[in-house]
Amino acid sequence: MSKYSMHLLVCGGTGCKSQESDIIAEKLKNELLKQGLEETVQVIMTGCFGFCEKGPILKVMPDNTFYTQVKPEDAEEIVEEHVIKGRRVERLLYTDPETEAHVEDSKHMGFYKKQLRIALRNCGVIDPEIIDEYIARDGYSALGEVLANQTPEETIELMKASGLRGRGGAGFPAGLKWDFARKNEADQKYVVCNADEGDPGAFMDRSILEGDPHSVLEAMAIVGRCIGADMGYIYIRAEYPLAIARLKTAIGQARKYGLLGKDILGSDFNFDVDLKYGAGAFVCGEETALIHSMEGERGEPSLKPPFPAESGYMGKPTNVNNVETLANVPVIILKGAEWFSSIGTDTSKGTKVFALAGKINNVGLIEVPMGTTLREVIFEIGGGIKDGKKFKAVQTGGPSGGCLTEKHLDMPISYENLVANGSMMGSGGMIVLDEDDCMVSIAKFYLEFTVEESCGKCAPCRIGNKRLLELLERICEGKGEESDLVRLRNLGEVIKDTSLCGLGQSSPNPVLSTMDNFYDEYLAHVVDKKCPSGVCTDLLEYFIVEENCIGCTACARACPVGCISGERKEPHLINPDTCIKCGACMEKCKFDAVILK
Amino acid sequence: MSSVKIELRQDQIDKIHTICDSFGNQSGELINVLHKCQETFGYLPAEVQEVIAEKMEMSAAKVYGVVTFYSFFTMIPKGKHPISICTGTACYVRGAETVLNEFKKQLEIEVGETDVNGVFSLSCLRCVGACGLAPVVQVGDKTYGRVAPDDVKAIIKDYID
Repeated sequence: MSKYSMHLLVCGGTGCKSQESDIIAEKLKNELLKQGLEETVQVIMTGCFGFCEKGPILKVMPDNTFYTQVKPEDAEEIVEEHVIKGRRVERLLYTDPETEAHVEDSKHMGFYKKQLRIALRNCGVIDPEIIDEYIARDGYSALGEVLANQTPEETIELMKASGLRGRGGAGFPAGLKWDFARKNEADQKYVVCNADEGDPGAFMDRSILEGDPHSVLEAMAIVGRCIGADMGYIYIRAEYPLAIARLKTAIGQARKYGLLGKDILGSDFNFDVDLKYGAGAFVCGEETALIHSMEGERGEPSLKPPFPAESGYMGKPTNVNNVETLANVPVIILKGAEWFSSIGTDTSKGTKVFALAGKINNVGLIEVPMGTTLREVIFEIGGGIKDGKKFKAVQTGGPSGGCLTEKHLDMPISYENLVANGSMMGSGGMIVLDEDDCMVSIAKFYLEFTVEESCGKCAPCRIGNKRLLELLERICEGKGEESDLVRLRNLGEVIKDTSLCGLGQSSPNPVLSTMDNFYDEYLAHVVDKKCPSGVCTDLLEYFIVEENCIGCTACARACPVGCISGERKEPHLINPDTCIKCGACMEKCKFDAVILK
Repeated sequence: MSSVKIELRQDQIDKIHTICDSFGNQSGELINVLHKCQETFGYLPAEVQEVIAEKMEMSAAKVYGVVTFYSFFTMIPKGKHPISICTGTACYVRGAETVLNEFKKQLEIEVGETDVNGVFSLSCLRCVGACGLAPVVQVGDKTYGRVAPDDVKAIIKDYID
C-alpha cells in the first residue's frame, strides 16, 4: 500500500451509493488512468463517513480534504485540480453555515469536532472488502492477544471492568452476559450477533457491517473463546443487501487467513461464523424472538427465564450481542478496561452511536462519548434545526422511546438519564422535531408501527396497543373527549406492566412521554378540536386571506355546499359551520387566498 | 390475505424440491427456503407453500404461519416495477405520508397491491438508512431522494414506456 502517495476515499455506504457514489469512484479511476496516475493515487470505496446530509462524500488523504455533494461529473476537475495541481476544488468544500467560509478538512467541521469514534473507528477509513486494511489498523490483534495471553476468565473480567453495556436497547453489561453463558456447561454453545436493526430511523448497525465487517467477526470469535462456543451466527435483515454482501466477503477472507475456522492463530481454538436471514419483523430484535426466528419459526418471544445464556438457539447456551456492542470489543481488549471506562459517565461508559435525523441540518451517523448533552448533539454536531425553525422535541429510542424537550437539552446522555425522563437509549435513533410537528400525530405514528409489528402472542400488546391507536385516531379526527386522555394513560400503564416482552413493555412510551411533555397539545385536540401545529387535517379549517382575495368568485362558484359568500371584487368569507372541507375552493383559487389553518 | 390461484408446472415443483433439498429439508431452515423460493417465483402463493410443506414434512399451516408473520414475504405477485416508500420516522417527519398518498392517487392502488397491468406495486418499508435523503422512494433498485408529492408523476413516467 505504501506505493500510493494519495488516497481518494469515496463513501460506499447506502446513502451515498444511492446517489451514484460508485459511479464517482469509477470515473475517478478512469481519470487517473487517463493521466497515468493509477500507480500513485488510489481510489477506495469505504464505509459510511456519517455525514449523510451532504453526501456523496469524498475525502482526500493525506491532506484530509473533505468534499461534499460530489457528482460523477466532478471527477475530472478533482483529478485535474486537486490531484495534479494540488489545488482544492473550493466549490465542493463544506461551507460552515455560520461563517459561510469553506472548511478545508474534516477536523475543523462542527460535525466532527465533538465526536469520538470508537465503534465507527474504521468506517470511512478502510476499504471494508479488503481484510489487509483492517489488519493494518490493528485488526485481529485483539483476538491474537486473547488467544495468546489471556484466559477466558481474564477476558471476561476485563470486559466487566470496562463497563461496556449492550448497545441494542436495554443496556445490560456485556461482560456479565458472557459470564452467564460461560458458566452454563453444555456440549455446544453459540454466539449470536443481533443485526436485526428494525428501529425505523436507526442505521448504525448497518453502517458498521457495511464499513467495518471484520470488527464484528473478530469480536464474535473473542466471545466464542470466552464462553466456549465454536459457532457463531449473524442474524441479519434481508433488507440489507450491501451489508450481507460485505459480510460474506469478510467471512470468506477471514477463513482464508485462518482467522476463522480450525486452530485459529495456531491455538486449539475453533470458531466459524455463518449468516441467518431475518425477514422483516421488528420483534425479532428481542433476543428470544430472534432465536425462534433463527430456528425457522415465527419470531415470537418467549418468557424469560430461561435466558438464552441457559437455553437459547437449539436449546443450547447462547450469547446474543448487538452489532455496535461487538464493534467496541476489540478496541477495549487492546486499549484496556481503564481507558474505556475513563470515557463516559459513572454508569454509562464509552461512546454511543446515534442516527441523527428528522428536522435537523446535519442528518447523519455520529458517535459521541456518553455524557454529551442533547444540546451539543443537536445544535453543535447536528447544526441546529432545518430552515431556521424552532426546536420542539427530540425522539430517542425509536418506537420504544419517548420525546424529550427543551428542558432536557442540557441533560448528559446516559442510560439512566434517558429512562428517568421517560425515554430510553434504544438502539440510538434520534429524530429531531420542530414546531411544525404535531406530537399527537407522532405518538400515533409510532403506535401504528407497534400495532403492525406486534407479534400477537400476548393480549396486552396485541389488543391493548390496537385500542390505544384507536383512541389516538379518534383524537386526531377531532372526535376525542377529555376522558379519552385518562383512558390513554391508564391503558398505556397497563400495557407496560403486563406485556410479555420488551416490545409491549415499552410500546406506550411515545404516547405517555408526549402526554407528559405536551399535555396542552392533547387538550387542544380534544377540547378546542384544534391541531396547534396544523398537521391533523380533520381539525383544520379553510380560511380566506383577505389581503390576497381579489373577489373573483371562483371559489364561491366551486363550492358544492354554497358556504362561501361575498360580493364581486370584495374579499370572500367561508362559513366554517357548513363547510365540508372538500378543498375545491383551494384548488380553484389562483391567488393563494384560501389556506388551511 | 388474498392469494392468486395458480397451477404449478412439474419443473416448478422440481425447482422447489431442489431448494428444499439444498437446505437438507431441515425445519430450522424454513426461512432460508422461503427466501430462495420468493427469489425464484417473485412471491409465495399458497400452492408453493403446500409443496414446501409436503417436501419438508411439516403442516401447510406452519409454513403459512411463518410466511404471514414476516413482512418480507408476500403472497401477492409484485409489479414489474415495485415501488417502496420509506415510512421510517425520519422520512415520516419529512413528509413521506403525503408522497405515499400521491402514489396511491396516481396509481389508483393501495399499499400492498399491484396495479391491473402488473406494472407497479406499492409497498411501505421501514428505513433504508438513507435518512439524509428523506423522504426516500425506491423503484426496483433505484433510489429517489428528497421526493416531494409534485415529483411523483415524473417518477412514474420514468417507468412507462
